Amino acid sequence: MSPADSARASRHFDHELQELRELLLRMATRSEEQVRDALTAVKRRDAQAAQHSIERDREIDALELDIEERAINLLARRQPMATDLRTLVSTLKISNDLERVGDHAVNIAQCARRLAEAVPLPNLSELDRMADVSTEMLRDAIAAFIDRDPDLARDVCRRDDQVDRYNDSVFRVMLAEMSRNPNTIVAAVQMMLVARNLERIADLATNLGEDVIYIVEARTVKHHAEELRSDQEGEGEFDQ
Amino acid sequence: MPTIRVKADGDAALETRDVHVHYDDAEAIKGITMEIPRNRVVALIGPSGCGKSTLLRCFNRMNDLVPAARVTGEVLFQGENLYADHVDPVEVRRRIGMVFQKPNPFPKSIYDNVAFGPRLYGRPKDLDDIVERSLRQAALWDEVKDRLGHNALGLSGGQQQRLCIARALAVTPEVLLMDEPASALDPIATAKIEELIQELVEHYTIVIVTHNMQQAARVSHFTAYLYLGDLVEYDVTDTIFTAPNEKHTEDYVTGRFG
Repeated sequence: MSPADSARASRHFDHELQELRELLLRMATRSEEQVRDALTAVKRRDAQAAQHSIERDREIDALELDIEERAINLLARRQPMATDLRTLVSTLKISNDLERVGDHAVNIAQCARRLAEAVPLPNLSELDRMADVSTEMLRDAIAAFIDRDPDLARDVCRRDDQVDRYNDSVFRVMLAEMSRNPNTIVAAVQMMLVARNLERIADLATNLGEDVIYIVEARTVKHHAEELRSDQEGEGEFDQ
Repeated sequence: MPTIRVKADGDAALETRDVHVHYDDAEAIKGITMEIPRNRVVALIGPSGCGKSTLLRCFNRMNDLVPAARVTGEVLFQGENLYADHVDPVEVRRRIGMVFQKPNPFPKSIYDNVAFGPRLYGRPKDLDDIVERSLRQAALWDEVKDRLGHNALGLSGGQQQRLCIARALAVTPEVLLMDEPASALDPIATAKIEELIQELVEHYTIVIVTHNMQQAARVSHFTAYLYLGDLVEYDVTDTIFTAPNEKHTEDYVTGRFG
């Protein structure tokens, strides 16, 4: 068998990794759906839809436990190297991030329940746009993971600033609304919380994008790691 | 007390009951009772001298060939004690095959190596088919099909070992015992043997002795840790390598000991 043949030969380990990948995909899809349900509940002031979104969280938690256990077993048993190692370590991080996405969806759904009973607010276009951008970031981060597409992953990371700006503007608008009409305080606080949770979801989508870049390119991009490293090297020279 | 959590649920390929092995006065196996579930890979691990190879040899009466060895207790194969008086050890070794550390092909052609067993047990008409099937099962066919008449000693070490596996499979055993089957091979040949083990387990039960803990972790469903002739822990491989129950097992798999 030539080296090329042996490279093509599929390993049993590949099947195990593929199963793990499928579980992670299911978890990603579920958390994305959960966020969407929660946002629909906010928009329609629908307490029942909110409850539905909250109940979905159990499935996501169970998936996280399953993925974590499998990944740890594979780390112990297969002694993975190179891309296999990066994939497994990132799988642990991604499943953790997705579980957090689920938690934020629960928070949003709880806000929706309270909003359903509160004084109606005027339509908040910033929040709508913010919801669009953050859910799109999450969807694209998942797509980047499926397709192992580092360019799409980078694009996701770049959109995070936009979400932060929307978050600030929702806060400003809501503060203005509260000072104008104190009756809206309860509802406005809930809207600010929805925005805050969306902002966190966008952060987690960014983490996911960073993990995809790490899996595919073996490069760490979070916390502007490369700049940090060159700074440290500079300091080292200075010490000498 | 040892931790033994592997139960075959009535579908054991092999079972030992209070097996002791003495070499003259020295007790090498000190009363081991365990089940080997059918169509699974069981790895025996432990430091040198722990008794893992001795235990493996009990499963097809290879200890009979060691003059000083004395085996007591029962080894059940399909419910029958292999050490009962009327049992023919040659028939035992046909149904429970063995592959050794060092590849040991006969100085004959590739074909004759694989055909050796079937010819010994009769003269089957479909010998060509048996040879091809065995070589395919051993993942060697594509590499040797054009030179079946060549001397087996001309093969690489890894190919020779797969040939020995093919030779063992040619007599249609039910169990394969492997004593350090990859320790004389390079990493690529080792990987091929490990992949092969995982293919073969669909049709056979495999018990493997290995010094290489990582290998046990990679290929086996269940792992038994032996120390000084005792079975210390026998559990699902995932558990042995992530959260063993016995401190002694933990120290061995983390390299603090042995």
